[in-house]
Amino acid sequence: MAALTPAAPPVTDAPAPARRPGRPRAGRGWRGAVLVIAAVYFLTPLLASFVFTVNDPVTGFTLDAYLEIFSAEGFVSSLLLSLGLAAATIVTVLVLTLPAMLAARLSAPRLRPVLEVLCTLPLVVPPITFVAGISTVLRWGPDYLATTPFYMTLIAVQNPSFPVVLVIANVVLALPFVYRALDAGLGAMDVRTLVEAARNCGASWPHVLLRVIIPNLKSGLASASFLTLALVLGEYTVARLLGFQPFSVWIVTISGSNAAMSVAVSIFSLLLTWLLLLVLSTAGTRRRRQS
Amino acid sequence: MAETSPAAPAAPRPGDRARAGGGGRRSLGWTAALPLLLFVGLAFGVPALALLAGAFTSEGAPSTANLTRSLQGAYLTALIGSVKLSALVAVVGAVLGTFLAQAVVTSPLRRLRDGVLTASGVLANFGGVPLAFAWIATLGNSGVLTTRLGLDAYGWSLYSFWGLALVYLYFSVPLMVLVVVPALDGLRPQWREAAQNNGATTWQFWRHVGIPVLTPALLGGVVLLFGGAFAAYATAAAMVGTVVPLVTLQIADALTGNVLIGYENVALALSFDMVVVAGLVMAIHLPLQRRSARWLR
Repeated sequence: MAALTPAAPPVTDAPAPARRPGRPRAGRGWRGAVLVIAAVYFLTPLLASFVFTVNDPVTGFTLDAYLEIFSAEGFVSSLLLSLGLAAATIVTVLVLTLPAMLAARLSAPRLRPVLEVLCTLPLVVPPITFVAGISTVLRWGPDYLATTPFYMTLIAVQNPSFPVVLVIANVVLALPFVYRALDAGLGAMDVRTLVEAARNCGASWPHVLLRVIIPNLKSGLASASFLTLALVLGEYTVARLLGFQPFSVWIVTISGSNAAMSVAVSIFSLLLTWLLLLVLSTAGTRRRRQS
Repeated sequence: MAETSPAAPAAPRPGDRARAGGGGRRSLGWTAALPLLLFVGLAFGVPALALLAGAFTSEGAPSTANLTRSLQGAYLTALIGSVKLSALVAVVGAVLGTFLAQAVVTSPLRRLRDGVLTASGVLANFGGVPLAFAWIATLGNSGVLTTRLGLDAYGWSLYSFWGLALVYLYFSVPLMVLVVVPALDGLRPQWREAAQNNGATTWQFWRHVGIPVLTPALLGGVVLLFGGAFAAYATAAAMVGTVVPLVTLQIADALTGNVLIGYENVALALSFDMVVVAGLVMAIHLPLQRRSARWLR
């Protein structure tokens, strides 16, 4: 902000008639300052945390923190749990939303506003209040439902080796992102014409879905999946408060005993997420340039 | 009904079959959406109802005692703390994000623009635990910069209100850049030239043309940033524990059992307060978004 003030005087002081108002030079001044400040602010934590992980006060430079990650207790199991949850979440959310969104475009236009509201709701409700609701429901089990078959269901979804309740919660949290990604994908193609052409040629509904819709929707499906994957890998609130230990919770658990390693794992998980999102955004721009 | 015309392509077939096909299709539409509707009802609706019921039940009887308690003492402090932090982050993030976006949009370097936009897309999604740890390693008590520059001698602490604000800006500013760049692109250079030809100064251009045109997008961005900071839990929990009073930390505390007997449902009442605040804020955002989308086309 302060960069604006020093840049302003040259505009008014510059001999205006000499050439077009001195905008380029003044513009370059504040623009450069803003960009430099932004670069310092955004790069410092990344560089500093890298230094933090490789600098040992006694021995100097060391990569131990990174080497220890793979042999640390709980690393493999929590990462596998997170990846498993992510796979289950992606499959569930796509299987649920894709047919509904196709139907809204093809045959039930009045369904569209309903879907839009349903898929925006999770944005309004902060995850922590969502967990508060879920844990209340789970507590009903021992309190009221102990003699009914629902009780066994509630116990089963909380199985610590694969907590289905986390998949359910993640699907709800992912709905807004998946809805937007698929809506953009469906908007870029003429669904009705494609489907009617395929149906008139005698294709069955499964055939239409697998051979016509999904190939055309590839980039929308890919971005929905990537966003969901990033969301599940980073999801902490729900898992922590329901007492499960996927990757993001495990990082906090080990931070008490080994600070350097927990920062190293953070950098590792960051790079993983960035890679995913970069793949996603470059795929998006390539598609846009082709069309 | 409007759906009869979409059935037209089936017209070559005998009339009654076409009508049957149309009706079948319509019910097929709702059948295809049924799993999603049921799922959201069960996974989202039931917890929401449970939360409402719990928030308004005290010792087995319906009452507003929980709500009253959630708006008193430490709980009220936490709620106010959260609103203050989110408002600060939203306003500062929006201002800084707009300047950064303007710097990028007016830059002649195409590559700079692409790079900053990609980085913003990535950083806006960078929240949670890893963000907290990156900042702890940088400016925490034994952080790299804290020890190198001797910042603790000046009374610096990351585990404070201002420290949290500094960290929250790390994902808020990029989000603002993403929100405001399309709006800045919508500011035609012709408008600026017209203003200059009529003798307007840079300040007058922004005062009478730029800012009014951008207002819906800017306010929408502020609301979005507020919502993100208000709902954030993982970063705060990993960073400050309970040093800074925040409503998300209070709810988590109550849910994990660190709470007096008879106060279990206060967590639900606090959650209800949060949803009300977030809902109010979103209610401002949605019409604004529609408005800015209309004129940016």
